[in-house]
Amino acid sequence: MPYNLKEVMNKKERLTPGHRMCAGCGATIGVRAVLRALHEEDQAVIGNATGCLEVSTYTYPYTSWEDSYIHNAFENAGATLSGVETAYKALKKRGKLGDANFKFITFGGDGGTYDIGFQSLSGAMERGHDMVYVCYDNGAYMNTGIQRSSATPMYADTTTTPVGTVSNGKMQSRKDLASIIAEHNVPYVAQTTFTKDFRDIHKKAEKAIYTEGACFLNMMAPCPRGWRYETADIMEICRLAIETCYWPLFEVDHGSWTLTYEPKHKLPIEDFLKPQGRFKHLFKPGNEHLIAQFQDEVDRRWEDLLYKCAK
Amino acid sequence: MSMKDRMSGNEAVAFAIRQINPDVMPAFPITPSTEIPQMVSTYIANGQMDTEFIPVESEHSSMSATIGAEAAGARSLTATSSCGLALMWEELLVAASDRMPCVMAVVNRTLSGPININCDHTDAMGARDTGWIQIYAENNQEAYDNFIQAYPIAEDKRVHLPVMICQDGFITSHAVENIILNEDPDVKDFVGQYEPEEFLLNPGNPVSIGPYAISPYVMEARKAQEEAMENSKEVIREVARRYREKFGRGFEFFEEYRTEDADYIMLIMGSAAGTAKQAVDDLREKGIKAGVLKLRVFRPFPASEIAQALSPAKAVAIMDRTESYNGHGGPLASEVRAGLYENGSSVKALCYTYGLGGRDFTVERVYEVFDELKDMIENNKEFRQHRYVGLRTNSPEVR
Repeated sequence: MPYNLKEVMNKKERLTPGHRMCAGCGATIGVRAVLRALHEEDQAVIGNATGCLEVSTYTYPYTSWEDSYIHNAFENAGATLSGVETAYKALKKRGKLGDANFKFITFGGDGGTYDIGFQSLSGAMERGHDMVYVCYDNGAYMNTGIQRSSATPMYADTTTTPVGTVSNGKMQSRKDLASIIAEHNVPYVAQTTFTKDFRDIHKKAEKAIYTEGACFLNMMAPCPRGWRYETADIMEICRLAIETCYWPLFEVDHGSWTLTYEPKHKLPIEDFLKPQGRFKHLFKPGNEHLIAQFQDEVDRRWEDLLYKCAK
Repeated sequence: MSMKDRMSGNEAVAFAIRQINPDVMPAFPITPSTEIPQMVSTYIANGQMDTEFIPVESEHSSMSATIGAEAAGARSLTATSSCGLALMWEELLVAASDRMPCVMAVVNRTLSGPININCDHTDAMGARDTGWIQIYAENNQEAYDNFIQAYPIAEDKRVHLPVMICQDGFITSHAVENIILNEDPDVKDFVGQYEPEEFLLNPGNPVSIGPYAISPYVMEARKAQEEAMENSKEVIREVARRYREKFGRGFEFFEEYRTEDADYIMLIMGSAAGTAKQAVDDLREKGIKAGVLKLRVFRPFPASEIAQALSPAKAVAIMDRTESYNGHGGPLASEVRAGLYENGSSVKALCYTYGLGGRDFTVERVYEVFDELKDMIENNKEFRQHRYVGLRTNSPEVR
């Protein structure tokens, strides 16, 4: 079906307004985009790891979720949805659900996905439950107040890797989770974020939801609080992440790696770093070599990705 | 109709699971409960049941997936022991506070360290305040009978709480004993169909489960759980009576063994109750009026019923197969004595820790305990309130 932004945007919201997420939060933009990929006739069960999204969208006695929704804990969104999905299989088999059709999507931040929930995610992927795990990656534990995670980029200033007189922020570069999950040999893995027409995220979410088996989406979801950029600039931040190749868009469909967007002119990493307060210290005189190191790491990973995509 | 057979405790519980044929079972192996998921998997592999088994990657995930499946509207269960139970501790609280009527077969084993695979009650006792109903078995027969009663208790609308069915690791789980099994249709009829009111997969009726709640709501939610636990007392009794009417076996909160005229009563839980009963028979031969109160239900805690049963005695021994490090005994010591106090009973009590890490608890040890109770009453001898029995030392200072 050809993609039509206007048509897609006119679909009924499945995450309703009135929740308590920050203005300009990337997570809710991303969640709504993923849920728009659900076909209207399909019901869904949404899972959620503990995090901003959970505490702000299901604050008793109110829920923002139009579909069935379950939050269990921080580290077990993968395992929890495996239970739900298996229950679906069991009840279907025993004729208890009639012809109802359910899809299973779970959301977790990078803390609940890359770190504390990594084992649970890996187990769910390996067992091949028919579900989509969507990581909204904002590169730190934002809910508890911007602590570093294994998704935090190198040199970011976080509250547990603070920049100080003898510290330049986080010392390690980020874990490449999309590749790690792809190495689980699941049917579909994609990395995405927000583009002007939201086509990339829509197409990938739709593919993930409607591909049988365990699928994984790694979605960069900027956090204006943690990244310290002007709230209104989120789309520009995402564009710069893509154009600098900091956040490449790709998919791994049944083992086949494809670059879904290739910048015509790769921009220098400074363009992505500059608008963000968390990298402010990198632009002090004398820290040029840190930016050069950051650039080297981006280049190395980009080349590696091109190789995987046989470019 | 019933069938006579010989089985271990694990076999008996797996047999009950096959008869009930629940919807979903996530599980992860841990000694000594490993056989339960193995046997269930074998039943499934041979087409003798069609439960969906999830071979999860940890016990934290087995309880997480059990909650997910139960929330989705499926009758769910898991099995574990020791460190596995400890790993899922957070999830035990979630299961209870989300009011999930799921069931867990617990095969009691000690917790590290030193690491040891044998029986004591440290695992389940560590989970006593998680909001789960806990029912303990003396032998394979009771493990089987208790398991069949678990869902009717958990799923009762007055309760809606998860249930742990506990048996002693190796002593019960691996020892083969005679057993009477019920016919499949009778078990299915007794347990009935699960009809959840609200669940994730209810077509056209979405529901949200597991909210964040601010302070104005948390205490009320907890109070509702506490009321459900209190309500479960009546339900446990009803289910036990119904079971006894149908199958001719079982007790309600506890079994009273030769306590009617007893001067000395030992309160004990699990497999060691069998040993205690043997010792009581021996002592009765010698004219010592000894008895055993074998506690079956630890949560909800039947405090007033216990107090009533113990009060006529001259002295009681409260036996804990775990340590609480509070200086006066284990959880039974604390809770039984609180119950006695609350009910105005002034019966004398000594609290014992026994059988840790699989240490044998023999009839000789039971004699020792009764000797001390007798010595305390007849000779006014003073004993330290909390004592160890069966330590490899004779020094009274150490005990």
